[in-house]
Amino acid sequence: MKRDEKPSLMRGSHIVAEAAVRAGCRYYFGYPITPQNELPEYMSRRLPEVGGTFVQAESEIASINMVIGASMAGARVMTSSSSPGISLKQEGISYLGGLELPAVIVNMMRGGPGLGNIAPSQSDYFQATRGGGHGDYRTIVLAPASGQELCDLTYRAFDLADHYRNPVLILADGMMGQMMEPVRFPVLRDVQKLPKKPWTITGAKGRKSHFIRSLILDPGQMEEHNWKLIRKYEQITDQEVQYETFKTEDAKLVIVAFGTAARIAKAAVKRARAEGLPVGLLRPITLWPYPKKALRELSKHAKHFFVFELNAGQMVEDVQLALKGDADVFFYGRPGGVVPNPAEIARIISRQFFQKEIV
Amino acid sequence: MLIKTVFAGFGGQGVLSMGYVLAYAAMIEGLQVTYLPSYGAEVRGGTANCTVAVSNEEIASPIASTPDNVVVMNNPSLEKFQHQILTGGVMFLNSNLVEQRPVRGDIIVREIPCNDLAHTLGSDQSANMVMLGGFIQQTSLVRLESIQSAISDVFKEKKKAKEMNLKALNVGYDYMKNREENA
Amino acid sequence: MKKVFSRPKLLKPNPFHYCPGCGHSLLHRVVAEVIEEMEADEIAIGIPPAGCAVLAYNYFDVDMGEAAHGRGAALATGVKRVLPDHLVFTYQGDGDIAAIGTAETVHAANRGEKITCIFVNNAVYGMTGGQMAPTTILGQPTTTSPGGRTGNRDGFPLNLSEMLAVTRGSAYIERTSVTTPAGIRATKKAVRKAFEIQLQGLGFTLVEVLSPCPTNLKMSPADACKWVDTEMVNFFPLGVIKDITAPQENHDAH
Repeated sequence: MKRDEKPSLMRGSHIVAEAAVRAGCRYYFGYPITPQNELPEYMSRRLPEVGGTFVQAESEIASINMVIGASMAGARVMTSSSSPGISLKQEGISYLGGLELPAVIVNMMRGGPGLGNIAPSQSDYFQATRGGGHGDYRTIVLAPASGQELCDLTYRAFDLADHYRNPVLILADGMMGQMMEPVRFPVLRDVQKLPKKPWTITGAKGRKSHFIRSLILDPGQMEEHNWKLIRKYEQITDQEVQYETFKTEDAKLVIVAFGTAARIAKAAVKRARAEGLPVGLLRPITLWPYPKKALRELSKHAKHFFVFELNAGQMVEDVQLALKGDADVFFYGRPGGVVPNPAEIARIISRQFFQKEIV
Repeated sequence: MLIKTVFAGFGGQGVLSMGYVLAYAAMIEGLQVTYLPSYGAEVRGGTANCTVAVSNEEIASPIASTPDNVVVMNNPSLEKFQHQILTGGVMFLNSNLVEQRPVRGDIIVREIPCNDLAHTLGSDQSANMVMLGGFIQQTSLVRLESIQSAISDVFKEKKKAKEMNLKALNVGYDYMKNREENA
Repeated sequence: MKKVFSRPKLLKPNPFHYCPGCGHSLLHRVVAEVIEEMEADEIAIGIPPAGCAVLAYNYFDVDMGEAAHGRGAALATGVKRVLPDHLVFTYQGDGDIAAIGTAETVHAANRGEKITCIFVNNAVYGMTGGQMAPTTILGQPTTTSPGGRTGNRDGFPLNLSEMLAVTRGSAYIERTSVTTPAGIRATKKAVRKAFEIQLQGLGFTLVEVLSPCPTNLKMSPADACKWVDTEMVNFFPLGVIKDITAPQENHDAH
């Protein structure tokens, strides 16, 4: 992939916005909510420069439905919000799933439930990975852990969305959205050269008329549609799982963490390693599909898994499901918006080794 | 090596640009760097701060619960950050605007009359770059030339501001250098 | 033999699922005829609603994309922003446009989205089985306003079209009915005008069509038409509500 020669120093929300533009996104519909306001602000300036359109909608519900319209018309389109706003968008996300429409949705998570606060959090894991709205559907969920990854995963999200005709969720948090890191962007993509979408509604010119609907009254047809979706999800699960491992080869204890928590966990692993403790990190990059096979593989030599999240324990359930009771799973979380430092996590690692007499 | 610095002051004092220029210079040097501004309701009261982490390896958290350096441009920032700074850490304070002095004896304090020095240049709003010049002279976190390139890049569309900021940077740098030599 | 009447080209040869005497069938025909007469079939995109017209895509032979309940105007906004030269219309019932989708509709009108809403007002929820609509008139009984709607208990009928007329982005709003041949002709004229104004890019357009629902009014089709013409019009008077293309003196009258 060809990239800019010089790095840029930008905040996470701006990185996501610029990466979307580079990927060919020309339409953005959204509604302000902290801590991601910099994203729509950036788009309102940037999209007109590339012939795109920005609309500040009257609500999150309206904006996700504008996304549906633009996607039906064949455009690469994005919306973004933070936790309470993402709850409002769930209606539309369910329709995107059922209608098999590509779209990219960004959630810069904040503390909850309810209005909560604007501090970084990972408490929307369940909502993101279980579909979120009503019905049997899944969204692809990508969890970046750095500025460069915010860029690369956003860029890739548009290809994934188009390829599978499925909504893709970028799941980051308030800290990732506000933090600046150097990033090297891929060069601007030629929108004219993007793969054509024959299923869109663009006017019945020189072809029969199309319709796109999610109402399927006949139970037999509805079932068929759902099985078709499930087969698609199985294909995604087979082909799109992404994760990073760090010092897991000889690890007796493996930390499992994503996004911001994984950054802290990695530094904690380095500290623990310096003390001679055989500890490693598995960082899921796709939260759905989840790297279950990788976890099972690790459980052949690691019998202790330590799940660290900025919530009260959500992803830990996927780890337990993956390991099927074959290993001990321990959870530690900070659910209020506090981001602990690596020393805190390193202490817990040491304590685990001592208490459980690992090694 | 991992060094975290907090820049704090009133909104409008340019504390965010100080941090941004430092982070940009670190990027030019190919170092790992993060910049985290305070955001949301926290900044509505008129105070602003940001944290810059510079390292030669991956940075875990851009947050500094115990910063190595704190740059203090006003009184409220002194009160807020003097108890967070690491033992042996350095506090830089703008002696023209900060009336109190830290109560802790386990930290190093460096005073710079940023407003007076900026005033001699005829540019009161450049106090932040005077501070940054002094900060760099003391910490050597990045090279002076890198900061100069950073300023040239960041302010490339505002020629006057660029020139003034470069001047102010040098004034702050020289001020701390002279003090060191005369000490 | 000379053929004097036929199915419009843009209606698919599927039998309507609508109840006998329902206004939807008439209005479908009117909209299809207008698109055909304007030769706009290649640029027309319809947005059917949730409600009785949820299956409209089975009848209209133009591109169609189904919206969630109430979200037609938002979805149409997305389509139109991507395809600004196309003829984009929503087809929505009273519950869809004037209850659950009020916000989306008001703001699409206020942004001056170049779309047309075909708003079918039959004063009752048809598909869900006769519950109170935002446009149910005072005194009218429904399954959720037993004994007849009262303002105190149930709130008042909502005049959405008049509300939309005060937004700066709306260009043309007219209320017609499909209860008489003259009403059908007026409806056709209004739909055509709305589509033309949309394509001229002048702003948001809407045609509200009073329509009989004999099933849920529990009346014969003839009585349901009569009820619309004598009772419903007292709350929803027919006529042009806003037309920025009209000569100034007519415009002032409203």
